[in-house]
Amino acid sequence: MAGVGFFHHCGVSMQRTRFAIQHWVWMLLLSLTMSFSAATHADDSTLQAGIQNLLAKGFSQKIEGVNQIVESGDPRAEQILQALLDKQLFSVKADNTLVFYDKKTDEAQAKQVLTGEPVAVASAKDLSRIRTNNRMRGQIKQLLASIQLMNPDDAMRLAAVKAMVGNVSPDQVDSIRTLAEKEANPDIKKEMQTLVQLAELKSDDADVVKAAIAGLAGNLNQQVRPTLQALTESDDASIAAAATQTLVEIDNKVTWYGHLETLFFGLSLGSVLVLAAIGLAITFGVMGVINMAHGELIMLGAYTTYTIQTYVLPNFPGVSLIVSIPAAFVVSGLVGVLIEKTVIRHLYGRPLETLLATFGISLILQQAVRTIFSPLNRSVETPEWMSGSIQINEVLSLTLNRLYVIAFCLVVFALLFMVLKKTSLGLQVRAVSQNRGMARAMGVKASRVDAMTFGLGAGIAGVAGVALSQLTNVGPNLGQSYIIDSFMVVVFGGVGNLWGTLIAGFSLGIANKFLEPWAGAVLAKILVLVFIILFIQKHPRGLFPQKGRAADN
Amino acid sequence: MFRILKGDYGGQILIAIVIAACALVPYLNLYVPASSPFHLSTFTVTLLGKYLTYALLALSVDLVWGYLGILSLGHGAFFALGGYAMGMYLMRQIGDRGVYGNPELPDFMVFLNWDALPWFWQGFDMFWFAMLMVLFVPGLLAYVFGYLAFRSRVTGVYLSIITQALTYALLLAFFRNEMGFGGNNGLTDFKDILGFNLQSDATRIGLFIASGIALILGYLSCRAIVASRLGRVAMAVRDSEDRVRFIGYRVDKVKLAIFTFSAVLAGVAGALYVPQVGIINPGEFSPLNSIELVIWVAVGGRGTLYGAALGAIVVNYAKTYLTGALPEVWLFALGSLFVLVTLYLPQGIVGLMRRRQKEIGHETA
Repeated sequence: MAGVGFFHHCGVSMQRTRFAIQHWVWMLLLSLTMSFSAATHADDSTLQAGIQNLLAKGFSQKIEGVNQIVESGDPRAEQILQALLDKQLFSVKADNTLVFYDKKTDEAQAKQVLTGEPVAVASAKDLSRIRTNNRMRGQIKQLLASIQLMNPDDAMRLAAVKAMVGNVSPDQVDSIRTLAEKEANPDIKKEMQTLVQLAELKSDDADVVKAAIAGLAGNLNQQVRPTLQALTESDDASIAAAATQTLVEIDNKVTWYGHLETLFFGLSLGSVLVLAAIGLAITFGVMGVINMAHGELIMLGAYTTYTIQTYVLPNFPGVSLIVSIPAAFVVSGLVGVLIEKTVIRHLYGRPLETLLATFGISLILQQAVRTIFSPLNRSVETPEWMSGSIQINEVLSLTLNRLYVIAFCLVVFALLFMVLKKTSLGLQVRAVSQNRGMARAMGVKASRVDAMTFGLGAGIAGVAGVALSQLTNVGPNLGQSYIIDSFMVVVFGGVGNLWGTLIAGFSLGIANKFLEPWAGAVLAKILVLVFIILFIQKHPRGLFPQKGRAADN
Repeated sequence: MFRILKGDYGGQILIAIVIAACALVPYLNLYVPASSPFHLSTFTVTLLGKYLTYALLALSVDLVWGYLGILSLGHGAFFALGGYAMGMYLMRQIGDRGVYGNPELPDFMVFLNWDALPWFWQGFDMFWFAMLMVLFVPGLLAYVFGYLAFRSRVTGVYLSIITQALTYALLLAFFRNEMGFGGNNGLTDFKDILGFNLQSDATRIGLFIASGIALILGYLSCRAIVASRLGRVAMAVRDSEDRVRFIGYRVDKVKLAIFTFSAVLAGVAGALYVPQVGIINPGEFSPLNSIELVIWVAVGGRGTLYGAALGAIVVNYAKTYLTGALPEVWLFALGSLFVLVTLYLPQGIVGLMRRRQKEIGHETA
């Protein structure tokens, strides 16, 4: 149904289409372009003549045949050309009919080109392939692209335009320009115009070239820059100057978008850091407890996602991911409460011992996961709505999973903030962290609040694990790789300050990504670490130190 | 020496055991025939030598943790730096016996297409220079790091975390090939030390005895420091830093002196460790190693010095046994050790023994 019509230097023809709009476009084209063999329906005789020419031996005759086939406007034209290009077009030696035949798949069965009827093939020797040469293949490719330029499907048309970039013959320029003017889709229109302008750059007329250069200003198409680059060495000084200027403009734009992309990567890394650190910010900041098992609580969240996806809802990656969020919160939260009740409770006021004990717990959890699941990494499926990317322009595309992580991080942060500011639990948590004795005197059950706070921080770690399962490998070492980073974020942002954690996470993420192209990934990380080590020397309480009475402790 | 050890029964026993081992182990290895049940294989000798270097490392941690109150989670870094300095000497001793047969460049540099020795490798062909670096490099790092940290009064868990960040940063740095320390693979394939073949039994025995002597000297110097005025101020800093500062002591200088000495000690341990195990790679910088050696000290009993040495040997023996017999169980055991020791044995094995002694004393009284 897609086959429509075609323009070429020798003429244009058309067919009756099922699509009115297309018909209308076509009519306009028809009136605008030069010579054509007028026909309002598929021209069978031209097709027949084309096929006969194709069966001939000489290549010039074959090219004539190809052109005729296209001119006929027959819907089968595209298929015939494609088959010719794919070396799947044969003639039956006995009666000289044209057939489609794929050596690899159709063993004894060829298909008549005109009727579509099957033709029995006793042996491949009965067939002879319609041979092509380089020049012919080049032309066929262009012809095919041109047919596709009129495809009613936007995506197909866009793909056709992109395929034509860089190999538009001078004769096609006018036709494409006409098509571009009529094009309804702005993106495709722009691409078509770029196509025309790129072709015009090769023109002998200096004014046309200059106009094209001006028109290409800020164009990010991949083909534009090398073409302009070639023109900067043009003999015509004014053309060279114009090309250089436009090139600089485009380069600036590319650099700018490059920075934008780095910023985006930085934000997404930053949100991962914030997610990993925010639970820690609560337990460390609010309770003064160093929880070295925090990374393993993240890991538990990731494994919860894996378990739900693999064993509970195996065929619904999207649903299972959403179910995993509360599940991971509960699993990690419960483990957190358990840790608090059995170990940390007995070590309050002895931060260094807490650190050691929780480190021991982290080793136990790691080994438990190794024993239960496997020491190998587990892969977690990414649901369809999270894969892919948003193409902003030729040089900038934002991957969806990163966008989701940024959004998820902000949502989690906002929720946590609300819990701490608006709920009675939050009020009690803040009271206990500011003045334990006074809070208890007011009737707050400090030990219960401690357990709840720790559970909350641990639960958030689990939720972070769900997000991380979409970005990295889920394995027993998942938590370990984040624990130091998380501590850095919390300490850098200022202990006991959620906003500090947020800002510290994002700024460290962005700094890391901006250093990366310049220093390499590992060195960038080292530089950030060294920076934080030095920063803490200068500001031991971080970016946003607690002020007032709470700071006295 | 005897004055230092006066009243320090644990220390006396430790030194006596080490001296006895240094006398007995060579005999059992070299003169008792392999068929005899009392024969010690060279493998065991090397293993024991490794434990001795670990004990020395534990001493250095106990000095800062037990007596100064600084929980360093980065002492493995000083150990590894000492080890790398020794490793560089051993690499240079390979000469043209490497796979590529280059007399000037270690194999990994030839592999990376380097054409000259980097400046920081110069001089490491000389043993005295390498040994100087074993002391100097960890010492310098500890001095600079400590100078910055103690001056701005970074204490407690913050200090622990940035020491951990320090060793983590070094871990990442040494993984890079561009650093010039063999990257991922580290330094290995050593042939000989001071002209003695590293594979021979006699050299192994020599290294074992050297480790024993280093441990004894390390113990004596730590004990001397602890018993000195400096040591008493350090303990006061541990118990109440602000008060010591208000009295008029320069807390940062006390801390810096002991922290730096401790790092040097760790470096020496690393330097003795490397020729015995035959390899040094960035893995030694991993934060897990540093934190593991803290637990040796905790298990033995911190603030006793000999307890640290004891803990290092006990935990590592358990590790050798468990990773061989029940590899799955090792991390469970280590993890539980962390939890149980901090919860129920804050003074470690030494504390447990002291309590028993007291109980026995009460019963007889």
